[in-house]
Amino acid sequence: MGVKKTLVVIGNGMVGQNFLETLVASSAYADYQVVTFCEEPRVAYDRVHLSEYFSGKSADDLSLVERGFFENNNITLHLGDRAVRIDRDKKQVLSQKGERIAYDKVVIASGSYPFVPPMPGHDRDGCLVYRTIEDLEAITGAAKKAKTGVVVGGGLLGLEAAKALTDLGLDTHVVEFAPRLMAVQLDEGGAAMLRSKIEALGVMIHTSKNTQKIVDGDQAIHKMCFADGEELETDIVLFSAGIRPRDDIARESFLEVGQRGGIVIDNQCLTSDSDIYAIGECALWNNQIFGLVAPGYQMARTVVAHLEEKEAAFLGSDMSTKLKLMGVDVASIGDAHAKTQGALVYTYQDGSSEIYKRIVVSEDKKSLLGAVLVGDSAGYGTLLQYCLNGIELPENPDALILPSRSDESVGLGPDALPSTAQICSCHDVSKGQVCEAITAGCQDMGALKSETKAATGCGGCTALLKSVLDCELDKLGFEVNTDICEHFSHTRQDLYNLVMVDEIKTFDELLTSHGRGRGCEVCRQAVGSILASYWNEYVLEKQHLGVQDTNDVYLANMQKDGTYSIVPRVTGGEITPDMLIALGEVGKAYGLYTKITGGQRVDLFGAQINQLPAIWNELIAVGFESGHAYGKSLRTVKSCVGSTWCRFGLDDSVGLAIELENRYKGLRAPHKIKMAVSGCTRECAEAQSKDIGVIATEHGWNLYVCGNGGMKPRHADLFATNLDKETLIKYIDRVLTFYVRTADRLQRTSVWMENMEGGLDYLKSVVIEDRLNSCEQLEQQMEYVIETYQCEWKTTLENPEHQKRFRHFVNSEQSDERVVFVEERGQVRPANEQEREQLVVMQPMEDA
Amino acid sequence: MTQWIDICSVDDLQPNSGVCALVNNQQVAIFYFPNEDKIYAIGNYDPIGKANVLSRGMVGDINGEPVVASPLFKQHFSLQSGRCLEQDEQVPCYSVRVHDDRIELAEKN
Ligand code: SRM
Ligand SMILES: Cc1cc2nc3c(=O)[nH]c(=O)nc-3n(C[C@H](O)[C@H](O)[C@H](O)COP(=O)(O)OP(=O)(O)OC[C@H]3O[C@@H](n4cnc5c(N)ncnc54)[C@H](O)[C@@H]3O)c2cc1C
Ligand code: SF4
Ligand code: FES
Repeated sequence: MGVKKTLVVIGNGMVGQNFLETLVASSAYADYQVVTFCEEPRVAYDRVHLSEYFSGKSADDLSLVERGFFENNNITLHLGDRAVRIDRDKKQVLSQKGERIAYDKVVIASGSYPFVPPMPGHDRDGCLVYRTIEDLEAITGAAKKAKTGVVVGGGLLGLEAAKALTDLGLDTHVVEFAPRLMAVQLDEGGAAMLRSKIEALGVMIHTSKNTQKIVDGDQAIHKMCFADGEELETDIVLFSAGIRPRDDIARESFLEVGQRGGIVIDNQCLTSDSDIYAIGECALWNNQIFGLVAPGYQMARTVVAHLEEKEAAFLGSDMSTKLKLMGVDVASIGDAHAKTQGALVYTYQDGSSEIYKRIVVSEDKKSLLGAVLVGDSAGYGTLLQYCLNGIELPENPDALILPSRSDESVGLGPDALPSTAQICSCHDVSKGQVCEAITAGCQDMGALKSETKAATGCGGCTALLKSVLDCELDKLGFEVNTDICEHFSHTRQDLYNLVMVDEIKTFDELLTSHGRGRGCEVCRQAVGSILASYWNEYVLEKQHLGVQDTNDVYLANMQKDGTYSIVPRVTGGEITPDMLIALGEVGKAYGLYTKITGGQRVDLFGAQINQLPAIWNELIAVGFESGHAYGKSLRTVKSCVGSTWCRFGLDDSVGLAIELENRYKGLRAPHKIKMAVSGCTRECAEAQSKDIGVIATEHGWNLYVCGNGGMKPRHADLFATNLDKETLIKYIDRVLTFYVRTADRLQRTSVWMENMEGGLDYLKSVVIEDRLNSCEQLEQQMEYVIETYQCEWKTTLENPEHQKRFRHFVNSEQSDERVVFVEERGQVRPANEQEREQLVVMQPMEDA
Repeated sequence: MTQWIDICSVDDLQPNSGVCALVNNQQVAIFYFPNEDKIYAIGNYDPIGKANVLSRGMVGDINGEPVVASPLFKQHFSLQSGRCLEQDEQVPCYSVRVHDDRIELAEKN
């Protein structure tokens, strides 16, 4: 093996890190010893999702670097050190802290910085920018003392910053120099629609405003003075007036830079020095700067390929974008401004629903050149594919944006895409690669995402990826059979709807009207669960017996030897000493093994079927209720001790946990549901690993949804922030009922979310914006379930007929002789086979 | 001649579900399908889960064959033959009849 060459990467931002990852995975990696300079105090993080810092994500959550990445790959990291100059004669990189690294190759990935117009007063205290985590910390700090905030710049980033300021509770203004918002991406009509939508959210927009100076304010800290004589007082000024490439090191090192900044690169991303590359936002290609991650990643791939001596070129990049700004869908594709010679424009505007769509097509009406969508960007995927792949337009191109009033579908099926079509632009995954992965066995979204990385960046391509998956599975002859089993040609959701619409109350009714045969444990369990969710009748009524699963049918959890465990409800994990003693007494009286569960309650093991009613009689007498540990239903709402005792607690987490548990106890669902409430962000209740998680903040409650511990842990998604209790409960009602209605059988909320088309945003639109016009109904259904709650054990004990089943034999009072216990650590446990043989042999001898 | 043993009354059976009876010191699982007026009986011992639990499994059919799914690990046992559909296991099988509203069992030979 030859001596390794040294490669220095300057800047560990999004593109620098992506470059490192791509390099490590390539064949060139073996040839290089890699050194990287990271000026910021922390390694690369996700700037694209930076704003989520305000809604509770920590710097750690945003990190893009896997733990141990640098160590494991032998990359030397100089954290908090800036490369200041490249001495090209000596071939050394010099750093601020005095490092001198001899190099063979250099990659500059120094990004950009926010442009602050040099007006007088721009550097006053409280004049801030929006690019790094430190910037956000400064904004949060300043916001504490502020009432008003002004964002200078009404572009994409400016509007995102405005959202952050409103979230921080400030009266927010946006001041834009141009006559409209998002001038780069939107035409006049689209911008006007966006403006009215954002103003409706309470943000004041001032266009055509040229700020001349910032001086002391009268009522607020600053006063902004505009060229037209108007003034605006504010406590915070946040500049978001565009970015400028960080080309300082290139200038210091006498590399060629553009007239208006930017390190000049060629198609191989080489600068004017053939050993130095530049990639990402600092690079100037064909007189263009690319302020998005996808082109930066493309450049990174180009450089790695070049190092591998493969052929590759960066030839510009598509700058189409789709995003949600302050809850408003906005998308811009290709030549949005119709600058192409002869371009024709179609516009559709729906004033009542506030939707604006515009497409730009070629003179011959055969190809799509660009588009603008505001208020509804559902067509983005299709339009982008027409545009990028030059797919011939339908005869009437306007059909692409007109609302479809007939059954005629104008959507572009994934089948129409060539295999070179790019499905995911963040990770440059083509349709061909997706299909290959599907053929190789990735047959659900989860597997496909982890195999191809598609849909793991901005997430914009998720719906498209899903449609390619479905279409390919179909073609591979996987009849995407969604029938629940051989007895019903329906999905669980179909069955749910049938139960609802036909008001079906028993399994037999459903089987007779919509199924065949006798059913089986799959459909019986599923229908049992649906009926219980919808009608909430006592599950052990004769007509429901045959659809209860193993544990439900005796209201206890069956153990390996056929005995049962008993878990009484301990709401929120709060229990009085007297109740604890009562549990202990019951455990002792019946010789049960006792254990604290992972769900903050006590489990009593080893009860025989015929002992269950007596045990529950005693438990109910002292005030316990069924804990539903046996049901696909709400289990526990875990709590931390919260503000009552904890010095950090911001709110009463125990109180809320108890309230939630009492509200949702007994709710049957496609799978079990777990919740937790933490009193502050230290998160001692681990709420972010639950189906529903709640964390107290200074201003209310943050709601997290669809987390999971278990087999495949999933961090819950932040759903809404700083809610008051009433809204919090409303949202949880809706999320849960929607889950109950639409999830597959035995699908936890985490998997439900992973498979949901449109994902978190879709769920938000259903629950917060009432997209399906269903919220009222969802809440009513939950109210019904709450009103009809019963402790199933109490009901069972009230009626001797119900207890008849709780005996081991119909024709004898004996119990199961195969149940044999031995003692361990002072308690019983089931004997193993060997012990059993010894005991069974021993017993007759004792008799003798 | 078949030896019929009296077990319990029809009322003691559970619809679309099972009960367990003690017959000559053997545990027997008895399943009742009221819609077709059919009753089946097989051994209660699950040879795979190694516990006396089959009477507590869910019933149904697979391709028309009446089965119970073991409550422990969900293997199916035929109610007609006692054969396990997934693994090479077999549980005993009994004949059942209703006589004056009483359930009677006999060993199958
Ligand atoms: C008793 C307990 C373990 C303990 O000693 O601590 C337990 C015991 C069982 N768990 Fe669990 N789980 C228990 C807490 C958990 C937790 C921790 C938690 O809730 O904080 C988890 C991970 C969190 C989660 O669910 O996301 C957990 C993840 C599972 C899973 C995997 C679920 C998943 O989605 O991946 C299963 C299997 C399933 O449900 O399909 C499972 C299934 C089971 C079953 C029901 C298995 C079975 O069918 O026999 C166990 C029988 C319980 C019994 O006999 O009483 N248990 N189980 C805990 C009861 C908590 C309670 O008070 O109700
Ligand atoms: C709020 C926000 C939202 C955004 N949203 C989107 C979006 O939705 N979609 C999208 O595609 N893009 C978005 N972007 C843009 C995206 O973040 C950038 O395109 C991307 O970060 C560029 O990566 P980069 O590595 O070139 O630059 P950066 O991520 O800025 O990284 C450059 C790094 O190099 C460091 N550095 C500079 N000079 C030196 C030196 N001499 N020595 C050592 N280190 C140095 C810098 O400190 C920095 O850490 C957004 C940006 C922001 C701020
Ligand atoms: S989460 Fe916060 S409030 Fe709750 S116990 Fe932990 S530190 Fe205290
Ligand atoms: S396009 Fe961003 S994740 Fe695929």
